[in-house]
Amino acid sequence: MSAHGVTALSIDEFTRILRESAGEDEAVDLSGDIADVLFTDLGYDSLALLEVAGRITRDYGVALPDEDLDGAETPRAFVDLVNSALSGS
Amino acid sequence: MERRVVITGIGAVAPGGTGIKRYWDLLSTGRTATRTISLFDASPYRSQVAAEVDFQPAAAGLSPQEERRLDRAGQFALVAAREAIADSGLDLATPRAESTGVSLGCAVGCTTSMEDEYVVLSDGGAHWLVDPEYVVPRLYDHFVPSSLAAELAREVGAKGPVSLVSDGCTSGLDAVGHGADLIREGSADIIVAGGTDAPISPITLACFDAIKATTPRNDDPEHASRPFDNTRNGLVLGEGAAVLILEELEHARRRGARIYAEVAGFGTRSNAYHMTGLRSDGAEMAEAIRVALTEARLASGQIDYVNAHGSSTKQNDRHETAAFKTSLGEHAHRVPVSSIKSMIGHSLGAIGALELVACVLAMEHHLIPPTANLHEFDPLCDLDYVPLTAREARVDSVLSVGSGFGGFQSAVVLARPERSAA
Amino acid sequence: MTATATRPVITGMGAAAPTGLGVAVHWSAIAEGVNGIAEITRFDASGYPVRLAGEVPGFEATEHVPSRLLPQTDHMTRLALYAADEALKDSGLDLAAMAPYEAGVSSASSMGGFEFGQRELQNLWSKGGQFVSAYQSFAWFYAVNTGQISIRHGLKGPSSAVVTDQAGGLDAIGHARRQIRKGTKAMLAGGVDGALCPLGLAGQLASGRLSTEDRPDRAYLPFDEAASGHVPGEGGAYVVLEDPVCAAERGARVYGQLAGYAATFDPDPSAPEADGLERAIRAALTDADRRPGDIAVVFADAAGVREADRAEAAALAAVFGNRGVQVAVPKAQTGRLYAGGAALDLVSALLALRDGIVPPTAHVTSVAADCPVDLVTGDARPLTGDAALVLARGEGGFNAAAVVTRTD
Repeated sequence: MSAHGVTALSIDEFTRILRESAGEDEAVDLSGDIADVLFTDLGYDSLALLEVAGRITRDYGVALPDEDLDGAETPRAFVDLVNSALSGS
Repeated sequence: MERRVVITGIGAVAPGGTGIKRYWDLLSTGRTATRTISLFDASPYRSQVAAEVDFQPAAAGLSPQEERRLDRAGQFALVAAREAIADSGLDLATPRAESTGVSLGCAVGCTTSMEDEYVVLSDGGAHWLVDPEYVVPRLYDHFVPSSLAAELAREVGAKGPVSLVSDGCTSGLDAVGHGADLIREGSADIIVAGGTDAPISPITLACFDAIKATTPRNDDPEHASRPFDNTRNGLVLGEGAAVLILEELEHARRRGARIYAEVAGFGTRSNAYHMTGLRSDGAEMAEAIRVALTEARLASGQIDYVNAHGSSTKQNDRHETAAFKTSLGEHAHRVPVSSIKSMIGHSLGAIGALELVACVLAMEHHLIPPTANLHEFDPLCDLDYVPLTAREARVDSVLSVGSGFGGFQSAVVLARPERSAA
Repeated sequence: MTATATRPVITGMGAAAPTGLGVAVHWSAIAEGVNGIAEITRFDASGYPVRLAGEVPGFEATEHVPSRLLPQTDHMTRLALYAADEALKDSGLDLAAMAPYEAGVSSASSMGGFEFGQRELQNLWSKGGQFVSAYQSFAWFYAVNTGQISIRHGLKGPSSAVVTDQAGGLDAIGHARRQIRKGTKAMLAGGVDGALCPLGLAGQLASGRLSTEDRPDRAYLPFDEAASGHVPGEGGAYVVLEDPVCAAERGARVYGQLAGYAATFDPDPSAPEADGLERAIRAALTDADRRPGDIAVVFADAAGVREADRAEAAALAAVFGNRGVQVAVPKAQTGRLYAGGAALDLVSALLALRDGIVPPTAHVTSVAADCPVDLVTGDARPLTGDAALVLARGEGGFNAAAVVTRTD
């Protein structure tokens, strides 16, 4: 249980945060099944993911280690990383 | 007849000390000036190290009014400018004001004062609608950093072209390049050029933390800036100023001035790729180098020393190593390359000018400043980075490069004016 | 003409101004006397001594700026992206067909993305460092517009940002000319600026040059005996400056030529002997190979501060004689746009030359007796001639002058 009382991050919630923090590439449909699509194919760079990570760190009260973030290349991997951090804290 | 531009005076305020002598002492002995931040309590931040200037305004010669009027970046610039002017031997009382100008680089302006005033106006961040009752008269000058260039122009009585160049971390290089262009095109005979920045403030720390650009190596501050080392993990902020007196060659010769070097070539290009990211091929920096060498009429093989951007980030070190290989060819593997950011950190808009002054001093002393803290080479960075100790070598032509947020890539070539062209 | 004296041509123009979004809307609003000055809406300014500003009307960022760029850009950068887009489209330049490095960006800036910056300062000081956006590292800094425009359009040529306060709009264009003379084919040049947020307004108040008058048609009255300072504004313009040979080869439509440019400084701008503006005017005329009598209209800096108006009028009188040249101040309808103001004036000057009219200066009713300028008020006047002079002055002693000429 995190300090904020949230136990899990869903893909939908993650997608919402992604949209708000980094916008949405006109050539990409974020409402489709994007869980396993590479961030680079979704039009997001490392800067966008840093903004997303900062937002999740604050909203969910969870620390995301740098080296783990570097390996999260898809929304599912990112969400799994957050959720394992949440369950571990 | 073609107008050429030479450097006839230098001044510096740098981590490790005020004045050229202390600056060169630090660089030539390979000591580092990076430390735990003392300017304010940096303990809440991810990165808590920086290369700070030990600066006492009065001891540096500033009057009480100058101290009050100027932001820390302005104070640095004025002290460095006075040293450079004195060094040049120029008598600014003689009527050449209309052909004298200023080209000062600065990336983040008076950010320290701006933040200090913000804290008061907003009462510690409590109010979006800041309180106009607490506006101080200097606030406009702190918000619009052309005030920094104007200060130097007043100091020297300049009536020619005056500007502040703000191209992120290439500001210092670009300001010198721009100043040289102004003299070459005939808009001025003398340009007070250089760069200044005093970015060590909470907002700067926070925004670099947010993109993990600065190093978290807080337990070992003296060795925190490690360009080209496999264990480097981010840049170390710095601060300071450097000023170079640029002068038209014949103008300098007529008055018997000491000539340090010619600003022989300048190139700047943009990567048009990313505000903070770099492509690993370094193509645009390579192009900037090519342009600078062409303008200098030098072959790449004539470069005796390369002063690298070397910001102690993985992406930069690989980016510019590739750029050197592309632009210098085989010579890239022979020419010594070093990054003085290992010793004085990265002072954003000032560093390009501080690095050019280091290049001038390397030419003066035939001594190449080292890359400190370089023990374990990044296998993808396979050039001669002059690790740990300074190296004696014949230095007649140097290349200094910079890379900045916004995609800016710049290169300046300094050479002895009597050199033979390629 | 030697290679180093190349006079670039203007082949595209874009504007985001309090008088309207887009060059055509701006220009017709100027002609119709529309006042872009109104009460500040970007924040609640009721508690401030200045409550009026020139805001760009009807700008829906989502319609003009890609979604990916919205979270990372300040309002004024979005306006800059708009103006740059318009200028490039207007020029008809086919960037894809150009070799890399053949086009660059030269912008003027004054305060950077200040509204964005204030928000992040507030996040830092009210909540803590971890609440600061990853975009703050560049969204606020002075080079942001140059960088974002360069990236958006793939412009890899020489690019830069200059800060010379309100002279910047011309200095950026002068700098672009320098790049073209060094071999770049086309430069997007100008400035879009604005800091209409509480902190930005506080900084502008400190200049002591803002008018505290509450009536939108009486607050900014340059050269008027009732001048009481200026109204701050947001916006500006970009132009495409192009090598004339390249423009001719591709059959580009040409608005005019940047025939002359000069910049000077006054170490003590309030001293009676300060002659920097006059020197800039004379140097720009010489650079353009023109005489004072060739200038059909002057787009004045028009500080709206009595002392500065007097000084500008004196400089004009010294060069052109008392009331010796028609003067236009479209700024009276927009407020002062800081680094964007002079770039927009240069656009207006080219349109005035194209249409053969001098637009009347709005709101000014009583030109001060100590300002011997032929300020065009009331009705538009016909413009005969092919050259216009644009002036810009920055706080602290900066002066810039540009001569633009019609080329047909």
